Amino acid sequence: MSLPSNVTHGDEVRSPKLGLAGWVRWIWGQLTSMRTALLLLLLLAVAAIPGSLLPQRSSDPNGVTNYFQQNPTSAPTLDKFQLFDVYTSSWFSAIYLLLFISLIGCVFPRVRHHWDALRSQPIETPRSLKRFPAYLAKASKQAGSLELIAEQLRARRFRVRTTPTSVSAEKGYLRETGNLLFHISLIGVLVSVGIGGATSFSGQRVLVEGETFVNNLAGYDSFSPGVWFDAKTLVPFSVKLNKFQATFDLRNKTNIGTPLDFQAFVSVRNKVSSQTSNSTIRVNYPLEAPGANIYLTGNGYAPVLTFRDKDGNVSFSGAVIYMPQDANYTSLGVIKLPDAKPKQFGVLSFFYPTKAQLKTGAFTSGYPAPVDPLVSMNVYVGDLGLDNGIPSNVFSLAVHGLKQVAGGKSGTKALTLELGQTVQLPQDLGSVSWDGLKRYASLDIDYNPMQVWVFIFAMLAFAGLITSLLTPRRRVFARKTETGFELAGMAKSDDPRLQGILEELVLGLKVRKK
Amino acid sequence: MKDVLLNPGLDRYALYVIFAAMASYTIAFLVFVWHLSRLSSKSKKLQKTAVSLERAGLIILIVSVLLHGSGVVMRGIAAARVPWANMYEFSITGSFMIVAIFLCAWFVKEIRVIAVLVTAFALLVLGSATTLFYVQVKTLMPALQSYWLVIHVTVAVLATAFFNIAAALAVAYLLRNWTWLNKSKAPGIQLIKRVLSVFPESKKIESLSHRFNVIGFILWSFTLVAGAIWAERAWHRFWGWDTKEVWTFIIWTIYAGYLHATATRGWTGARAAWLSLVGFAAVLFNFTIVNLFFKGLHVYSGLK
Repeated sequence: MSLPSNVTHGDEVRSPKLGLAGWVRWIWGQLTSMRTALLLLLLLAVAAIPGSLLPQRSSDPNGVTNYFQQNPTSAPTLDKFQLFDVYTSSWFSAIYLLLFISLIGCVFPRVRHHWDALRSQPIETPRSLKRFPAYLAKASKQAGSLELIAEQLRARRFRVRTTPTSVSAEKGYLRETGNLLFHISLIGVLVSVGIGGATSFSGQRVLVEGETFVNNLAGYDSFSPGVWFDAKTLVPFSVKLNKFQATFDLRNKTNIGTPLDFQAFVSVRNKVSSQTSNSTIRVNYPLEAPGANIYLTGNGYAPVLTFRDKDGNVSFSGAVIYMPQDANYTSLGVIKLPDAKPKQFGVLSFFYPTKAQLKTGAFTSGYPAPVDPLVSMNVYVGDLGLDNGIPSNVFSLAVHGLKQVAGGKSGTKALTLELGQTVQLPQDLGSVSWDGLKRYASLDIDYNPMQVWVFIFAMLAFAGLITSLLTPRRRVFARKTETGFELAGMAKSDDPRLQGILEELVLGLKVRKK
Repeated sequence: MKDVLLNPGLDRYALYVIFAAMASYTIAFLVFVWHLSRLSSKSKKLQKTAVSLERAGLIILIVSVLLHGSGVVMRGIAAARVPWANMYEFSITGSFMIVAIFLCAWFVKEIRVIAVLVTAFALLVLGSATTLFYVQVKTLMPALQSYWLVIHVTVAVLATAFFNIAAALAVAYLLRNWTWLNKSKAPGIQLIKRVLSVFPESKKIESLSHRFNVIGFILWSFTLVAGAIWAERAWHRFWGWDTKEVWTFIIWTIYAGYLHATATRGWTGARAAWLSLVGFAAVLFNFTIVNLFFKGLHVYSGLK
């Protein structure tokens, strides 16, 4: 995009009668002009702003849902302008695609131009040197000064062209090479990101201690593949969560309960080689399995509960995932018992790892580790809505239309259980016992085959950027005059060293003389 | 992570040292203002004393930055880790970097003129840090326990420091070339005009500002790439348009625009200076408003 100053295009004045080809050429000229590129670049910055002001579906889907609930009138309008999907919106894409077209249109002619420049001699020495940003004239009778200057310039790794009366030298071709490398690598980054988005996948799985994840579509709780992703390419391996360990600070007064470390101890079994190995997944240290990286993104408690009807038949038994609600792991769990006898019921339950009571009498958790754990339960009877086959969220209970029979204003106190206890449910619903306490880990399983290319192109772009910005491109000219010689210098960018170089060249002559 | 022993007692002393640095910066600021007024004085005799005032300002500024640096190091020792894991710590470390880099560039004569701006800015940042952002020493949350905290954040802070100095130079440039001010005949303006007349010529200021922005841009690009690498490790994707990522991108784009502008005829000078200021405003916005009020993954201010 930053063109050499001796190349201009897109800014010329043209006659009004253009014709189709003329128009296309004119538009192309406009699009690839530096001014347009600059405006598109700044427009891209402005266009990115709304995505930070409004919740985005890609990064914060719950935020979008909440926004729709709180602003039912304005949200659909904003949505029409794709303001909840800014970075995949047609207008944002339009800006960056135009920018990249402009960039391509600008860079490729420059590649050819630079290629030619690399293989040709420096330009001829201009007739008048006086107007150059750096200039000095020297009276000298020394013979062969020009040859000595040319020699010095060669030693400074300039490319030199001489005539009997003049010298023209240039150096710093790397500046343009780096600049082109940077811009071409940016195209590489964009293309890799695009292909990566189509070929990658991202999935989630919650694993309770003792459970095993098998890497096939059925093994995921949620799975979002790119459009070209083929599920057959999932590498068969399994991951068993043996133990999850969370460490919280107990030592520093101002820091009590702050998490210090989360560790998921897993065994990974490769289904092809049948080898099993143990490893640990931590935040910042994902497990690199074949064809997938496994990240630890969350954790919590899973109390093991057993529900029995009044005859002692088990209607539910197992570890229930409770979602942490605050830093001390006050957690919310939902149990739905559609097959319970005599009638179906649901339970909204809280888990407090270290129980504490607020002034209102309500429970809370005072510390995130299970020092003195307690489970409380609100029980609801009525149609849970699971019989009609419509899938519903397992982590929430739609209490609307249900009748509360324990907790809240039902007249019966919420049930509370200590670990190992069994209590009776109201209304002959049977009993519930709390048999054990497990932890769970939320895992993200991701793979992006193009990621390595994004990285490579980003590194190349960075290397190009540094080379381009830190290499000065200089031209130095010398010409014989009647009294001696004159020197001039010019640079591609602002260059404080220029005049100094000319003076050093003159000084170099004196050293030679001695 | 191993069991960490925090030292809140040492942290209290660290805070006192920061307060001492603020007092010292205040004195340095006043001396630099005095220096400018002397320099632009009509009397030749007063002008001569300006040299010694500048030297005095420099010495006080060095004392300030040493105090400031000690405060930062003590905070790090008290927290048993690098002192840049929340907003208070970014502020004290960042402002330290700004002054330190400015002092490293002191040998460039033309840059000394922004000493007033740099000292005032450091004072402002430390003032907000101690009154608005202060939090007691805390351990690192697991997401921050990575060597990338050292690499990514150090370079981000450095980049900010370079952008800051470039922005101060852009302010100097715009003041120097303010037509209204230069034409004005109001009596109060005359003093300001005399002060501006001792500023280095605008070409020089412009090229200095450009150089700081170039280095800032390289460092910011590194911050962005390093951040993406860390994000892949910590959040399972290298780019997710998190609010902080969005603003990092916006800042990068603005400065990329600045670099293109300075290479385009008709966009240098005042326009480029304004772009540089818009870029730095975005940096400040990213650090304050985005940190405090925007929802996102980079919620490390430690404030509730």
